[in-house]
Amino acid sequence: MGALLKRDILIAIRSGGGALTGVLFFLVVVILFPFAIGPDTGTLARLGPAILWIGALLASLLGLDRLFAQDREDGSLDLIVMQAHPMALTIFVKAAAHWLVTGLPLVLAAPLFGIMLNMEPIAIAATVTTLAIGTPAIAFIGTVGAAVSVKLPRGGLLISVLVLPLVIPVLIFGVAATIGALEEPAPFTAPFLLLCAVTLFTAVLGPLAAGYMLRHSAD
Amino acid sequence: MKLTVKNLCVNRAGRRIVSAVSFSLRAGEALVVTGPNGSGKSTLLRAVAGLLPIADGNATLEGCEDDPLREHCHYLGHQNGLKPALTARENLDFWQHFLGSPDSSAKEAFEQLDLSHALDLPVGYLSAGQQRRVAIARLLMTKKAIWIVDEPTTGLDKASAKLFTGIAKSYCASGGILIAATHLPLGIGKTKSLELAPHKGVPA
Amino acid sequence: MATQTKPSTEGFWSFANPSKFMGFANRTIPALAITTLIALAAGMFMVLNAPEDYQQGSSVLIMFVHVPAAWLSMMIYTVMACSAVGTIVWRHPLADVSLRAAAPLGAVFTFLALVTGSLWGKPMWGTWWEWDARMTSVLILLIIYLGLIALSRAFEEPAEGAQPLAIMTLTGFIIVPVIKFSVNWWNTLHQPASVMRFDRPAMDAAFLYPLLVMAIGYSLLFFTLHFMSMRNEILGRRIRTMKIANAQEGR
Repeated sequence: MGALLKRDILIAIRSGGGALTGVLFFLVVVILFPFAIGPDTGTLARLGPAILWIGALLASLLGLDRLFAQDREDGSLDLIVMQAHPMALTIFVKAAAHWLVTGLPLVLAAPLFGIMLNMEPIAIAATVTTLAIGTPAIAFIGTVGAAVSVKLPRGGLLISVLVLPLVIPVLIFGVAATIGALEEPAPFTAPFLLLCAVTLFTAVLGPLAAGYMLRHSAD
Repeated sequence: MKLTVKNLCVNRAGRRIVSAVSFSLRAGEALVVTGPNGSGKSTLLRAVAGLLPIADGNATLEGCEDDPLREHCHYLGHQNGLKPALTARENLDFWQHFLGSPDSSAKEAFEQLDLSHALDLPVGYLSAGQQRRVAIARLLMTKKAIWIVDEPTTGLDKASAKLFTGIAKSYCASGGILIAATHLPLGIGKTKSLELAPHKGVPA
Repeated sequence: MATQTKPSTEGFWSFANPSKFMGFANRTIPALAITTLIALAAGMFMVLNAPEDYQQGSSVLIMFVHVPAAWLSMMIYTVMACSAVGTIVWRHPLADVSLRAAAPLGAVFTFLALVTGSLWGKPMWGTWWEWDARMTSVLILLIIYLGLIALSRAFEEPAEGAQPLAIMTLTGFIIVPVIKFSVNWWNTLHQPASVMRFDRPAMDAAFLYPLLVMAIGYSLLFFTLHFMSMRNEILGRRIRTMKIANAQEGR
């Protein structure tokens, strides 16, 4: 399994561009907000956590359609599903590799974008923390979307439509925890723990469903 | 060790592509599957490899009934299962780790396939024939009881095809079971053959 | 020709047994349709004779259309989830047919629930749309339905889409309670003070009975439409299989 993690990360680094494009997309989405709601720094700072979360959420969807499609096209998927390894574990590792090369760069880029949005240091810290915990859930749920549309030549848009409604809880708890860390009456611990719970829940559910899908619908 | 395929039927898209195929292979025996395009050669091979659901009949490996047959198979399909961004050695090292039970090292396998010079080149730089040879080298990296190869010599020149024949021969000599869809005479002593007729597109 | 088409109706469908379903559907649909009409007519009669609510006036009548639709939006998803289990566990083609046939019906009832909710909300809340926990959850459910319909249409070959559709439906089914919980949570966090809350008083029997009859009528309507839609789906697939067989014959 370590070999799979290493391979997927190496491929992403070698073929290049994937992580950078994701961060770039994130940046573009963030930049769109001042144009849409005006350059008022107070408003931007207040909406900052929400803007960063929306941007990261959308950027996390990029590349999900290639998660298994690439392995299917070059024949690797056949060999992967033939082995005795539990499929859920294989998918979990693939999702983890995917997050490390696409999700983690988003989390690391978020502070910079936070400064651009005039956010307080504590707001930036809270957003980055919740993003770090929440974005893996998108990758885990994304595995299901990627698995069900693996045979479709243009599955990208469909994956977004299927996955986005299912990650609404991640967005809700992620933003709520961030706000909770900043504003007094709003709770922090409850949404933060719920966010962790959602991520753990999807870490089990996503790979199980996707693994079942890939092993039992080979063609 | 004996592979028995009994009355195997496979459907695709609601039509029966493979109907009632039976054969059995002992250790060291090879089966060459022939037939015109669309006769279901690939479908048969994929079904034995566990990559397609079997509609009727069964395929079992004596002595290993407890785990799925696919875990005992090497499968070389039309695609090579290689990543162009990784070097040949990285590709093979990955498969050796992932497939388990290492046999020979990448270096040995490459010497057998006359590929030593390509070991540290990204697979994307290699020609189609070289890529195919890298994929064949994968079969040597880990021990599996059965090799299922689909047109293994596609893209290979005569000399490389001969190399493959040699490798297949020594695999069978060491007690392996080989199933190949190919028009190439394998030249292995105990070769059985199976000719598939074109299916008539009969709804299954 | 007869010998050519015979295997096509037996072979693929023999293990599926949709032929038996077709017979069953042909017999039951008329009876179901008549029962539906009677139940809906009785429900309407009872609704129109129900007393007016002192608070909401005649706009309470919308509730008799709205509440059963909202119930059905959840029941139909449950039917789809059961069909998904049928596809995954038994690989029964009829289960896939049932799932596909139910999805558009579910979307329609969900849409009806949203529209009637919105119509009811205009006089009550003063806006067409209020980001209230219930309505927001139902809206997300509608999006999930539409996503599943899009997925079901994306596959050229219906048999290929069966497993993906079932897996996605079931995953959605497992996550929907989480979504519902999170939306409720979000709503209590952002409770706008200006909104007039509609706290449901203990329902009077005068309202409850018509509502129950309407719910039964709606459910019967769904089952009638579901059976009809399944019958269409099966016929559509048979036509497809025959066309393919024809195309290959002419080769």
